[in-house]
Amino acid sequence: MAQYLILIYENESSYAEPAPEVWEQAMQAHGRFAEQIVEQGAKMLGGNALQPTTTATSIRGDVVTDGPFAETKEALGGYYLIEAADLDQALAVARLCPAPYGGVEVRPVLDTSGG
Amino acid sequence: MSPTQERGAAGQADGSDEVGRAVARAHRREWGYVLASTARVTQDLGVAEECVQEAYGVALRAWRRDGIPANPAAWLTTAARRKAIDRLRREQSLRAKLPLLLEPEATPYAPVAAEEAGVLTDDRLRLVFTCCHPALAREAQVALTLRLLCGLSTAEIARSFLVPEPTMAARLTRAKKKIAAARIPYRVPGETELPERLDAVLTVVHLLFTTGHAAPAGDTLVRADLVERAMELGRVLVDLMPDEREARGLLALMVLTDARRPARTGADGRLLLLEEQDRSLWDRGALDEGRRLVVEAVRSARPGRFTLQAVVAALHADAPSYATTDWPALLRVYDALLEVWPTPVVALNRTVALAMVAGPAVALREVEALEAAGRLEGYRYLPATKADLLRRLGRYEEARAAYHAANRLSDNGAERAFLARRLAEVGRQQA
Repeated sequence: MAQYLILIYENESSYAEPAPEVWEQAMQAHGRFAEQIVEQGAKMLGGNALQPTTTATSIRGDVVTDGPFAETKEALGGYYLIEAADLDQALAVARLCPAPYGGVEVRPVLDTSGG
Repeated sequence: MSPTQERGAAGQADGSDEVGRAVARAHRREWGYVLASTARVTQDLGVAEECVQEAYGVALRAWRRDGIPANPAAWLTTAARRKAIDRLRREQSLRAKLPLLLEPEATPYAPVAAEEAGVLTDDRLRLVFTCCHPALAREAQVALTLRLLCGLSTAEIARSFLVPEPTMAARLTRAKKKIAAARIPYRVPGETELPERLDAVLTVVHLLFTTGHAAPAGDTLVRADLVERAMELGRVLVDLMPDEREARGLLALMVLTDARRPARTGADGRLLLLEEQDRSLWDRGALDEGRRLVVEAVRSARPGRFTLQAVVAALHADAPSYATTDWPALLRVYDALLEVWPTPVVALNRTVALAMVAGPAVALREVEALEAAGRLEGYRYLPATKADLLRRLGRYEEARAAYHAANRLSDNGAERAFLARRLAEVGRQQA
């Protein structure tokens, strides 16, 4: 098994002051996704939704600036850490990850345990 | 044996003696097979490559001493796997000396029981699906396929795609690293994924073929080596997946297209259009084989894009001349093709058949619509097609502008010479 990070990139404006239904839908979709991870034979190790990039602060060298590290149309809005057998299983899981206003990126986690 | 000698034995096809020729032949024919089954033992494609390279090096000396084995592929596989197992043992004894005992993880590369009993299975399908995994960039897929399945050297691949050797080496290294780090599995995809994944594999093989068939740059139109490699891969895919109609369709397409190779350039090396080709030069044997393959491939509920393109090629092959080609049938095939593969390039090719059925004016309107849509910007065959239709309509001034536009977009010497010739003809018409 290996660990993969599923990064959710979406257009933030879609979630700015969301209508209750939008919020409700997102919560339900992510709840369902948590079940689907297990159905796919993978494991969820963790995950979080993030506050919007307007709350981000970046530090480059000694300089502290307001805003995200990279300005992009679709911003990092949340992540899941999963365990899967291989990339195909991780991709099968990631395909199910809700990201209606953008998409997801899958990154293998670097094993630094020295094994 | 020094590394230089090893490379020479495995890489050179100089054929200075019988054993040298046998090793060179085995390198060309069996590399992918040997590498694919070695990768199961090494769990790493880079290590597998090194072991296979060593096995070919050892083969030259061993075959000189003991004679050429009856089954060179099996001999080389056994030798390469032995190298791989030696390496694993060395690594394991090294690991055993470490204070922490770490169990090697079970991986999808682990050998299966049948193999340990001495039965060799053909792992080339696993290898081709790994090389053409959608998580790899298309250019990396192509390079990996040539390196790992065809055994081409990095220098040869770099030359084929006109990039500097260090660039190609970096591309291959990056791709192999991604396979290892992201754990791209070494297996044939399951039934649900298969259609999409197979399409990626066929696309790579077809890309090799078209790159060889109409080289985007250079002075000769065809790079025979790439064409032949693509066709060999096409045959391997049909052998390994006899029930996949599209694989057969792709092979049919390549065989039929390549059958016209002797007629595609004139004595002076210039490009000849289908219309101008001496059809008696077409390779009859290849055309017959291609037709047989098309008939088999088309027996599918919904023929795919490679099969339909093969049908187009077969209709051309059946026609005694350009004028007597069954253009209405061709147009129907193009309509079907556009349905399964709605791309502007297909739409452009369809206009050629449309011009023959409904006249150049009707076809020109469609070409202009495609031009206006803007999705074919920079595609050299659009202005070339437009120029030809304008010429046939007697609108020579506009035809000249279109030929110039096409000329600016092509880097291929033979194509440019063709366009220049057409331009001169249009100039004369005007005068």
